[in-house]
Amino acid sequence: MADHPNDAPLEHLLRELAPQVLGAVARRFHDFAAAEDAVQEAMIAAFTQWPREGVPENPRGWLIQVACRRMTDQIRSDIARRDRETTVAAETETLTPLSEIEADMDPDDTLILLFMCCHPALTPSSAIALTLRAVGGLTTAEIANAFLVPEATMAQRISRAKQTIKTSGAPFRLPSSQERTGQLPAVLHVLYLIFSEGYSSSIGSRLQRFDLAREAIRLTRNAKTLLPDNAEIAGLLALMLLTDARRAARTGPDEEIIPLDKQDRSLWDRAEISEGIELLTAALAHGSVGLYQLQAAIAAVHDEAKQAEETDWPQILALYELLKQVSPGPMVTLNHAIAAAMVHGPAKGLELLRTLDSDPRVAGHYRLDAVRAHLLEKTGDHQAAIKHYRIAAARTTSIPERNYLMTQAARLAVD
Amino acid sequence: MKYILMMNGKKSDFEGYARWSKEALQANVAFMRTFSKELKDAGVFVSTEGLGWPSEAKVVRAGKDGEPITDGVFPESKEFLAGYWIIDVESPDQAYKIAARASQAPGAGGKAANMPIEVRPVLCGHADLGL
Repeated sequence: MADHPNDAPLEHLLRELAPQVLGAVARRFHDFAAAEDAVQEAMIAAFTQWPREGVPENPRGWLIQVACRRMTDQIRSDIARRDRETTVAAETETLTPLSEIEADMDPDDTLILLFMCCHPALTPSSAIALTLRAVGGLTTAEIANAFLVPEATMAQRISRAKQTIKTSGAPFRLPSSQERTGQLPAVLHVLYLIFSEGYSSSIGSRLQRFDLAREAIRLTRNAKTLLPDNAEIAGLLALMLLTDARRAARTGPDEEIIPLDKQDRSLWDRAEISEGIELLTAALAHGSVGLYQLQAAIAAVHDEAKQAEETDWPQILALYELLKQVSPGPMVTLNHAIAAAMVHGPAKGLELLRTLDSDPRVAGHYRLDAVRAHLLEKTGDHQAAIKHYRIAAARTTSIPERNYLMTQAARLAVD
Repeated sequence: MKYILMMNGKKSDFEGYARWSKEALQANVAFMRTFSKELKDAGVFVSTEGLGWPSEAKVVRAGKDGEPITDGVFPESKEFLAGYWIIDVESPDQAYKIAARASQAPGAGGKAANMPIEVRPVLCGHADLGL
């Protein structure tokens, strides 16, 4: 028995083992949904027993055995419910030896799970919840806490997500290389959403909330190990690291937002920046440039500037122009407009924004007004800028954003 | 994204509610119970509370030394919050659909009252990444 003086290493160990155990059990019983519940119960059992009794010699084997026992119990009680007379027969069934289950394990199990949890039939919030539990090894309580909803609601969301997967009839196997290419964008998007949910959380609430940004980085790192030749996974990991590097500088002592050009760059995490740039450089050498690599490249240009004034805006503008071709969308156009304004002046940026006014995906979104206000301020039209800062403040659903935008309007109103 | 669905009413609405028939009350309670269960089963439920009636409402202001000064006289036109649900959904449209369902709660006559439900976003503590 190994010693574990505190919970942190235990949690890490369990989270690493969770998808392996789930893969083994799902493969054995051909039932992903039930296996996922059984593994969650085994994890909770480990959480309570291991700190008291010590970590078993073969922790993965222990979890597999406990989960398999739960599965067998469940099957027996199902049989008993259906036909009480067959209970005796079911009792005589023997458990498959652990060695046999472990021999069947496949290093790709985690990858299979990741593709399964990001199934296109799922809504983003259910895919996120299921990925965090099945692949991330988080407990339902931790996920519920991260999204500030009751545990029962999160449990229900996860159970519905599994039902959707079951109904879709997705088999427990690795998608073919062609299927993987088709499904990978959905997987990357889910990982990205987990990251942005965690990264954007304010510092105060992060103290109580599970660190989703770190979790997203861990999951993406694992995905990169499993698909080492995929440049977009590397690009996404680089994007996460290059963005996460600025976390400490992004909010002030009162949790107020500090925009990129006002951040104390000495607070940026150099190690994360170096790793991100290294990953990105290697990914770009692959040749096929995708949306995450481009966004990572833009983040890298920002990160490489020692001061905001040294930012290489022409390069950022060129990258946004590429991004607009690779992955057109209103948010890309918005950011492109900012870059264009930095290079060619605010009038050029405002001209680009006008193309979004009739786009229903973004027309009522606070970011359009916020960017417009920012560019109007640069043209010197303070009255119009104030108006749009205030419209943006009314439209955002974030308290720190609203405070920031109202402060911008107030600052101009004083002049 | 989280939304709050609010049921509001004037003092007279609450007084009328107190005089509903047994059947209308039962139909309303049964509906509310089912509605709550629907929210939970759909995995969107965050919280719900019902509030005391306007007769128990007080408006409190701080006096000179910070002591509470209460007032319970309200104009008839004032709307009072009767109760609310907070839900966590994928889109505003999903919130509106759920609000429309709440609006179908049976009223005094035992039939769908189509009462107005005020829907507003619940603000979150984080800013978006802007990517």
